[in-house]
Amino acid sequence: MVTAVLLKLAGLFATLSLLAFGSANSVIPDMQRAAVETYRWMTEREFLQLFAISRIAPGPGSLVVALVGQKVAGLAGAAVATLAMFGPSCLLVHLAAGLWHRTRNASWRARVERGLGPVAVGLIFASGLALMRGTEHGAAAIWLTLAATAVLAWTEWHPLLVLAAAGLAGWGLGL
Amino acid sequence: MVAPPPSLATIAWVFMLIGMQSFGGGLSAWMRLEAVQRRHWMSEQQFASGMALCQIAPGPNSVNLSVFIGTTLRGRLGALAALLGMLIVPVVVVLVMGGLFARVQGVAAVNSAMVGLGAGAIGMNLAMGVRMTRANIGGKISAAVALVVAVSIGLVGLPLLPVLLVMLPVSLLLARFSK
Repeated sequence: MVTAVLLKLAGLFATLSLLAFGSANSVIPDMQRAAVETYRWMTEREFLQLFAISRIAPGPGSLVVALVGQKVAGLAGAAVATLAMFGPSCLLVHLAAGLWHRTRNASWRARVERGLGPVAVGLIFASGLALMRGTEHGAAAIWLTLAATAVLAWTEWHPLLVLAAAGLAGWGLGL
Repeated sequence: MVAPPPSLATIAWVFMLIGMQSFGGGLSAWMRLEAVQRRHWMSEQQFASGMALCQIAPGPNSVNLSVFIGTTLRGRLGALAALLGMLIVPVVVVLVMGGLFARVQGVAAVNSAMVGLGAGAIGMNLAMGVRMTRANIGGKISAAVALVVAVSIGLVGLPLLPVLLVMLPVSLLLARFSK
């Protein structure tokens, strides 16, 4: 039973690892669907809470996978999820690093980078939209999200300050 | 001006400091500051090309970047030292926070605050998209590509893989013919 869950975690996150194109945020919609709908490990609201925790903690936001693993199968789950999420992509980057130095002047490089950029931007927006679609995210929460977006996009306020303000607002509004 | 490669212990230590400093993201900026500016481990150009590689490769960019820097400095072991050094403190902190949160879950005030926090955290993603737009969206064609990807996955709810299988070749092809 426990082994079966760990295998599911390993399979899910090893796959997402190689699909996390641009940043780990790009696989948030798929991660959410798997955790909430496919495996029914948690509700949409619980997933958003884990996402929020990963954002106020130090380190890469992708550590949300450790929280999902912990929620599903404790410490072993966290370890399996984290290794599965980082292992495959890290191995690939390690192998590519050498190759990259050898092709640094190739003309296709600039074209590839130009083609990948718009897709990466689309994926980032997709992650935000997918999280907002959650049933728990009412009108007030949507306005709060838009306000936080505006402040973070066009000012240099520290993200933690904005997150703290959003948390206080959520508490004050009784979201 | 590039200094001789540092020891494995130094790599692990520096990346541990980077991991601890990176509240609310910004890991890549910290890595550039340490590896290029403060310690002269690599040139600005080396670092920039590494960042591009890490964006093309799958996986979290900042984690990839630590592997790239580690590999460049000291090969396989350097990559491990950088990766583990960077993740050790954040992994422990995030798990402790997750454990603490599980205990106070169900208290109405905590849940409300967490919904607010979640709303703000989503704002971080959207704002990152807005900031990335400036460098990556050059015209109507690239804007359309980004819009199709965002809507099909974010609003329609299509899975990532089929969307990428269609939109990556399309975007690469369009980039070939534009500019």
